[in-house]
Amino acid sequence: MYPARFDYHSPSTLDEALEALERYGDEGKVLAGGQSLIPLMKTRFAAPRALVDINRIDGLAELREQDGYLEIGALVRHKACERSELLEGRYGVLGDAAPQISDPIVRNLGTVAGSLAHADPQGDWGSALLALRAEVTAQGPDGTRTIPVDELFRGPFTTSLAPTEIITSIRVPDPGPRAAGTYLKLERRIGDFATVAVAVHVSFDNGTVGRAGIALTGVGPRNLRADAAEQALAGATLDDAAIEEAARLAAEAAEPRDDIRGSADYKRNVVRIFTERGLRTAARAAA
Amino acid sequence: MLETPVPTEQAATRPLTVTVNGEARSGDVEARLLLVHFLRQTLGLTGTHVGCDTTHCGACTVLLDGTPVKSCTVFAVQAEGREITTVEGLAGGPELDPVQEGFHEEHGLQCGFCTPGMMLASKALLAENPDPSEEEIRWALSGNICRCTGYQNIVKAVQYAAGKLAAEGRQ
Repeated sequence: MYPARFDYHSPSTLDEALEALERYGDEGKVLAGGQSLIPLMKTRFAAPRALVDINRIDGLAELREQDGYLEIGALVRHKACERSELLEGRYGVLGDAAPQISDPIVRNLGTVAGSLAHADPQGDWGSALLALRAEVTAQGPDGTRTIPVDELFRGPFTTSLAPTEIITSIRVPDPGPRAAGTYLKLERRIGDFATVAVAVHVSFDNGTVGRAGIALTGVGPRNLRADAAEQALAGATLDDAAIEEAARLAAEAAEPRDDIRGSADYKRNVVRIFTERGLRTAARAAA
Repeated sequence: MLETPVPTEQAATRPLTVTVNGEARSGDVEARLLLVHFLRQTLGLTGTHVGCDTTHCGACTVLLDGTPVKSCTVFAVQAEGREITTVEGLAGGPELDPVQEGFHEEHGLQCGFCTPGMMLASKALLAENPDPSEEEIRWALSGNICRCTGYQNIVKAVQYAAGKLAAEGRQ
């Protein structure tokens, strides 16, 4: 058997899950879809002493709009997002990202919240949710807290979650009535991680940009927000000049490195081109 | 923090009961046993293949409550109480499943190693979308890798199965 031995808990309530996690401190891990965790355990990059399987807890698979938020429960699979009409249009950056994650069979099990907790710098959801200024709701022994996705990622595979906390849901604030976005990803083949991907979201306000969200995948130690590009767009008319300037600023925000997927220069160029394309797509969709 | 449990020295096993191809099957398993190894080694159902072992190739695809999953990336204990379909469960006695017949008729394989996974992914696709376009077939099978065929005949095999199912439905 490939993985190291571990204790397995499959609680039916969140309270039991939290109690089990607390017992193991930083040696326990939450098992949701398992599509990143199990490969790590098979290669023994990870050898947690215990897994707390949350798949039998009811009420964690909600994907709905409620009280001004889109709520994505801890057990919402990538496939559910791929199929949801809710994620088209105003939440288009999420709907476009979903079918580009890994491959269709992995998407049947993998979860959005699990991806965030895994914090792979090449993860797609991180960027898509940064662009929409989402936050996660985490429950732990001391209660519930809300963490903006901006404050979740600390570095590669590292988050600000305590080991005894579980992400129970992700909340995406309503982007307003006139909003659009997309997720553009360059991959060498289906199932590969992004060489580069760019998440673009625009909320319009009386014909100009109210708020823009631009985030980058595969070009840094974590998903990066292109702050300067977002700020340059705020209040602007989304014309060629504004789009090109934002694309230039997004490319500047990238921190790419040469690797087998491409050179740093190449990746930076892809960021620029994808930002430009994404903004044009958003402009058309919201027109 | 509560007291941390002493590490388990002995291989702790737990009873597991799942339904495989319509039949209740049980075993005592370690939590770390992968579903594919439970199927192949504990139950002797070696039709499910281990290909890449890294969640890429899809050779180990089985249906878990009707949904295709890579059984090398699921622990057996996660399947407790659930229904699994493997390639051995496709044919009804001597009668081939339309998907199997399609792979046979259209020669949707060369070495055959990826075929069980391909057929189960195809089966799930047709259950959901009985009349898929070529693009939808290719998309649905994009988590299953074949190194022999170039996929042409695999697509034809699924189209054959779709046609056969439609013809059966009309009868």
